[in-house]
Amino acid sequence: MNATSVALDRSGPVATMRIAGDVTSSSEAELMAAYGQAIDGGARAIILDFRGLEYMNSGGIGLLVTLLVRAQRGGIRLLASGLSEHYREILALTRLDEAIEIHSDEGAAVAAVEV
Amino acid sequence: MTIAEETPTAAPASRDAANWAKPVDRLSAEGVNGATVDSVTGKRATGPLQGFGQLWQKTLRVPLEGSSMSPQEVIAVWKQQFATFWPNTGRFYAPLAGILPGEVALLDVAPMPGAPIKMSTGIVVLYADDESFTFMTPEGHALSAWITFSAYRDGDVTVAQVQALERTSDPLDELTHMLGANRMVTAFWRETLTNVGRAMGATDPAVVVEVVCIDKRRQWRHAGNIRNSATLRTMRHTLTAPARWITRRG
Repeated sequence: MNATSVALDRSGPVATMRIAGDVTSSSEAELMAAYGQAIDGGARAIILDFRGLEYMNSGGIGLLVTLLVRAQRGGIRLLASGLSEHYREILALTRLDEAIEIHSDEGAAVAAVEV
Repeated sequence: MTIAEETPTAAPASRDAANWAKPVDRLSAEGVNGATVDSVTGKRATGPLQGFGQLWQKTLRVPLEGSSMSPQEVIAVWKQQFATFWPNTGRFYAPLAGILPGEVALLDVAPMPGAPIKMSTGIVVLYADDESFTFMTPEGHALSAWITFSAYRDGDVTVAQVQALERTSDPLDELTHMLGANRMVTAFWRETLTNVGRAMGATDPAVVVEVVCIDKRRQWRHAGNIRNSATLRTMRHTLTAPARWITRRG
C-alpha cells in the first residue's frame, strides 16, 4: 500500500489538488486538509488532478463523495482531470461523473472554470 | 528504432482493476435462486448522490476480542456466509457465483418497523477485495446507498466494520425513515455485526455505533425517484391483494 499525497496549487479562485498514491479510507486526513487549505485560500473551484493516482478502493470513492458533498454545501465547483480510462469507468459506475465535471487534462478543466 | 519503440504498450492495469464491478447500463439478477420477486433486473444502480433524503454516514464496528482470525479470514467467511449473519427480519438471496464484483443479490426486508409485509429489492456488489466488499443499491430500493463491510487490525485485535453512506431514495422513503426506519436500519446492522462477532469467535461482541448526518439538505430534484419505489410497489401489491384473491376464486 502506497501512502496518499496531496499537493495543492492555488491560482486565484481555482485550486488544484494533485492526488498521488493510493486513495483509501485512510486518505481522509490528507484529502480534507488540502481541501480545507484550498477553501481557506479563497478557492471557488477545485480541480482534482488524478494523474498520480495508483490505486483506489471503495473507501476512497466514499471519501470523494464526502468531499463532493462538502463542496456542494459550500457552493464550490468540483472538477476532475487526469483520470485513466479505468478510473473514468469507476466514476461512471458509481455515478460520480454526474456530479463531478470530468476533463481530459488540467488545462481543459481550468478553461472550463474560466468560461 | 528499438523494439520497445515499435510496439505500442497498453497502459498497465491498475492494482484495483479486478476488484471493481464493470459498468453496466442496467442490472440483471439472473442466477439468483430463491427469491419470489425480481425487482432489480432492468434497473440502474444508484448511490448517495442520486438519492433524495438527508445523507447519513453510519459506522458500526465490533472488536473481535478473543478471536484469532485475521481481517482476511473474517472477510472470506463473511462473504461466504453473508446471508446467515442477517437478522431474521430480512432475507438475502445470494448470487450463485458468490459476493464478487458485479454480482447482484436479491433481498426481502421490512420497509419500516412493525410492517407486516416485506419489500423486495436487491443490491449489486460494487467492489470486493480481501479485506472489504461494498454493495450499491438499485433504483427502487428505499435507500440510495453504498454499504462497505470490512475488517482491519487495531493493535492485536481484528475489528469487523459496516459503514453505510446512505440517503433515502424518495420523499415516501424519507417519511418512513423519519418515522423509525432510520433507527431500524441502524439496529439491523448492529444485530448483523453482533452475529458476525459471535460467528468469528468473539467472546462478548460489543458493537460501537457512530451515526453522522453529513448533509441535512434534501435533494428535491430527485423526488421523482418515487416512480421506481419498491416501498410504494409493495404497499400497492398488499392493498390490492384482496382483489387478486377474489379474481382468482372467479
